[in-house]
Amino acid sequence: MLEILTANRLSDGDVVYRTAAGDWVDTIDDAELIDDTDQLTVAVAAAQADVKASRVLDVAPIAVETAEGHIVPKRLRERIRAFGPTVKSDHRPGAV
Amino acid sequence: MYRYDEFDATFVRQRVAQFSDQVERRLRGEITEDEFRPLRLMNGVYLQLHAYMLRIAIPYGTLSSTQMRRLAHIARTYDKGFGHFTTRQNLQFNWPALKDVPAILAELAEVEMHAIQTSGNCIRNVTADHFAGAAFDEADDPRPYAEILRQWSSLHPEFSFLPRKFKIAVTGAAHDRAAIRLHDIGLEVKRGDDGGIGFAVHVGGGQGRTPMIAREINPFVPEADILAYVDAILRVYNLFGRRDNKFKARIKILVHETGIDELRRLVEEEFAQIRGGVLGLPAEEAERIRAYFAPPAFTARPAASARLDAARAGNPALDRFSRQNLHRHRTPGYTSLTVSLKPIGGIPGDASADQMDAVAAIAERWAFSEIRVSHEQNLILPHLALDDVPEVFAALAEAGLATANAGAITDIIACPGLDYCALANARSIPLASALSERFGAPDRQDEIGPLSIKISGCINACGHHHVGHIGILGVDRKGEEFYQISLGGNPDESASIGDIIGPGFFADGVIDAVETVVDTYLKLRTSPGETFLAAYRRLGEAPFKEALYGA
Repeated sequence: MLEILTANRLSDGDVVYRTAAGDWVDTIDDAELIDDTDQLTVAVAAAQADVKASRVLDVAPIAVETAEGHIVPKRLRERIRAFGPTVKSDHRPGAV
Repeated sequence: MYRYDEFDATFVRQRVAQFSDQVERRLRGEITEDEFRPLRLMNGVYLQLHAYMLRIAIPYGTLSSTQMRRLAHIARTYDKGFGHFTTRQNLQFNWPALKDVPAILAELAEVEMHAIQTSGNCIRNVTADHFAGAAFDEADDPRPYAEILRQWSSLHPEFSFLPRKFKIAVTGAAHDRAAIRLHDIGLEVKRGDDGGIGFAVHVGGGQGRTPMIAREINPFVPEADILAYVDAILRVYNLFGRRDNKFKARIKILVHETGIDELRRLVEEEFAQIRGGVLGLPAEEAERIRAYFAPPAFTARPAASARLDAARAGNPALDRFSRQNLHRHRTPGYTSLTVSLKPIGGIPGDASADQMDAVAAIAERWAFSEIRVSHEQNLILPHLALDDVPEVFAALAEAGLATANAGAITDIIACPGLDYCALANARSIPLASALSERFGAPDRQDEIGPLSIKISGCINACGHHHVGHIGILGVDRKGEEFYQISLGGNPDESASIGDIIGPGFFADGVIDAVETVVDTYLKLRTSPGETFLAAYRRLGEAPFKEALYGA
């Protein structure tokens, strides 16, 4: 099962994903794709160190698939976290 | 309006300083999330799906133009340019950064606002009828008592760690617009035989996973005793409320398990101990607080407005708006106007910073600078001359706020749902938008008449689905959004919990299902005067079940 690590950034709460280099970034496509249990264990341990260091919180592995070169979470909840509210129109700048 | 005294100003300022320090320490890594979480929740800061969320208390739903402008400024400066008004008469910002929250709270304190006790197992923001002090049918204004309860409950050391959260609502009218029977304590201001003020006290109402209608624990508690009586209820709850199971910790479970008679006995026993002590409410003190809520300087006007009537005759949109969004005022020539935050196809309760500024300006110019937030997620201008309605309507239209649907089928309550909320199982807002579009044609809405649809994205029921005439609850079924429909719920003095009508529907079927229910009602009602609720109560669920699922 293909997974990536997600969390929220402590300072602003934004949704972030863990890259192979161990950075936390906003763009899900830059997340490290993990399909190996040992690799996941290592990544989670490193991520938990970032929780201890007060960089991120609520670290969780999430199941994803890849489609046309993009990473897409399997669960709706995680797709909403990744791509934003599905509401038709709202008052956010640039929202349609 | 109430103005902070020195004590209020001091404790709010102190709290801002304390929390600012706590945020700094958290950001520096000196305290862990486990240590910080209860501190941030005590200050209204949640972590949701996309970001932190800040819930700001609007005591009994009352705002001044100055306060509304400050909320607009915060939305623009620290958030994404909008806010969300909730069923608790609060305002939530969906996107604040934790590092900015201290600055936001400092800005709020400057206009006598805060986010204290908008979360946690304490007494939450006291809510009230949004037409308080204005409605024609009121025994007395409930806001002074809501304010007295606010003062008593704010930072109350004994009631800061209750078994679970605790919500109090107050109405001043027999027709209950504050859903007092769905609160932990619901108070109705009444007049005694001698004309003196007292309260009917209801206890143990609530929604969530175990919806219950409150029971009357005392038909008339005199004004002087009300704080002591409420305190006695809280003491009994604090002592006997269950702490072993979060889902059984609300006072409604205690009422249910103990029985109202035994609970009444326990409360009376406690009340006898504290009655007439420091919690007595002297008439002078009640009068002092009441003075803050004195009516504005109304001028003598004829009951009907020839000016408005003439304008309505020449403007069908204004005519429809006046029919739908005005509520009868106690003072001749005045009205209370609902500013609908339910544009057709839009998001219930959301308002942009520009719209908040527009409402502030309109209230300042025409409505004594006073604004209310209703638990139906609309704004209210409580005091407005009928003569000024045409100008106010035009100004609202310019701000995109003139939707004529107060109390209509498109006046939908919806929680933020899975689009924002970390607890939700299913989305609410897209459903509300789709239903609003399905029924949005003015003729269709007029044909249907008063009908409330209320949508929650999880069993916690922030969207009040249990008391919607049509209630919709979103659940997760094997990873897919699934919606249960209930019928016949009602939040007023004839409160009832809706009946789950049958198996639920996936998202692609629920809009049609609601329309089937509505069409069944239209077909079976005795006359256009028979509302959906009246028809449902007469017919029962059978014809609706048959229409939805076949014989």
